[in-house]
Amino acid sequence: MVGAGMSRFGMFGDKDSKYLFAEAFHEMVSTVDKGIDVKDIDALYLGNFTNDFFVHQGHWAPIVSDLLGLTPKPATRTEGACASSALALREGVFAIASGFYDMVLVGGVEEMSKRSTEEVTQGLAMAASPYEVKAGFTFPGVFGAIATAYFAKYGASREHLMNVTIKSHNNARLNPKAQFSVSIRDIMDQRIAKAKSKGEPVPIWRDEKEFLRDPRANPVVAWPMHLFDCCPISDGASCILLVAEELARHFTDNPLYVVGIGQGSGKGLHAKEDLTYFEATRYAAQEAYGLSGLKPEDIQVAEVHDCFSIAEILHIEDLGFFKPGEGYKAVEQGLTRLDGPKPINTSGGLKCKGHPVGATGTGQLVEIWKQLRGEAGERQVGIKDLRIGAAQSLGGTGGTCTLTILERR
Amino acid sequence: MEERPFNDISYERFLSEDKLMGSRCQKCGSLFVPPRSICTKCHSSEMRWLEMKGKGRLAAFTSIAIGPPFMIKEGYDRKHPYVSGVVELEERARVVARIEGVDGSKPEAIKIGTPLKVEFLHRGEGTNATVFLAFRPS
Repeated sequence: MVGAGMSRFGMFGDKDSKYLFAEAFHEMVSTVDKGIDVKDIDALYLGNFTNDFFVHQGHWAPIVSDLLGLTPKPATRTEGACASSALALREGVFAIASGFYDMVLVGGVEEMSKRSTEEVTQGLAMAASPYEVKAGFTFPGVFGAIATAYFAKYGASREHLMNVTIKSHNNARLNPKAQFSVSIRDIMDQRIAKAKSKGEPVPIWRDEKEFLRDPRANPVVAWPMHLFDCCPISDGASCILLVAEELARHFTDNPLYVVGIGQGSGKGLHAKEDLTYFEATRYAAQEAYGLSGLKPEDIQVAEVHDCFSIAEILHIEDLGFFKPGEGYKAVEQGLTRLDGPKPINTSGGLKCKGHPVGATGTGQLVEIWKQLRGEAGERQVGIKDLRIGAAQSLGGTGGTCTLTILERR
Repeated sequence: MEERPFNDISYERFLSEDKLMGSRCQKCGSLFVPPRSICTKCHSSEMRWLEMKGKGRLAAFTSIAIGPPFMIKEGYDRKHPYVSGVVELEERARVVARIEGVDGSKPEAIKIGTPLKVEFLHRGEGTNATVFLAFRPS
């Protein structure tokens, strides 16, 4: 990896997704320390999920390639629901590792906010199994059911999920590219100020958890998933420039090496014997750890796929950072905070950074790029000799999961 | 009945006849609900239909305030949430289904492990007729 860039994530009525990808691309080019000639890019792999449905245009990779002036170089779209651009990265790695290409652009893009919430919910349901859809499950509903199974098995509760939300917001507050660059405390203060200025009754919340328990502030979406357990609807783009290992130092003295990649696939909700883990994440992790020779304890900083708060807890267990049933306790003890021994989702995660589904996989790696190169600004983790980071993506209800491990040498 | 292919269309047709059917592998005995035509355990394709007794327990659930259009059409909304769940059948297979006869607005009171029995919800008429698999406390 010699360059990485992303657009801001958010809801942009005045920017289409091609434009957002161009923004990410320009930033990526500016991060290549010794510069590149864009003409040297051999191919583009572009992750995207919902364009067919939301933009009525499915053939998005060549259109983006044309916008960037990359034609007639090959452009290929990858689809793995919310893990789409993690698959683009994997394809890029394979293409370079095989010796076929020397320089590949990988990334993802999604445009969701111009549709109604109902349309987005319906569109995302394309990634669930038909049985789940017919039983009335929505995406928050699937993760709500997973949460009830986890609670029943391990004795966790909604209060534990709140710890994930509060941490994500605290991290996102330090991320200017995040959709919600505010802490829960900031949101409380804003609402109190608004009530005062309008002469309305001023809400009283003793702390963040009391705010999150308040059904007016944090309504239920799909029990026990409430509004603040769910990632938002977002637009955004992200991309990464990969080059052959032996060429990396022509472009920067500080490249990152993709030392582990893994991908797994998983069954639908009804076919799982146990809902409290993702078989596909465990498989992807095994593959990536095996390839890199690294262990879970070697990963110093990680972005995991927190589409819903419960998913972050399951994933930090599935990746082996904590034992099954111990993840919620680790979050409660602050072990995954920015200043903890295992910082998770320093960007604010999908919950606060935003989740433009196709852009998320490489977007997570943009954060790891910044952390490992010491360029994360105010949210830079303080771990000494920070060298190894990882990003984990999940598509659908666990149908596609990936893990990518990066190393600074 | 034995002639029907082991697929979703047959599964739905059985539901419309108030039957919850699975397929059992004749080689290794694995059971699949909804049916599969290939056994995921031993990869045999020798299957036979088996009717479920329709009894089970609640393995996981959610109470949904913001549902898809077809649920909103049935009158469900933020004030009237509905419940969907995963049910572990007596035969050990699991299905996803709507959970009737519980109060979606009081999800704290719904307990994992609650014994359930099957129910077939018939909606619409003629070419729009469809049936939803549901369970309710027994």
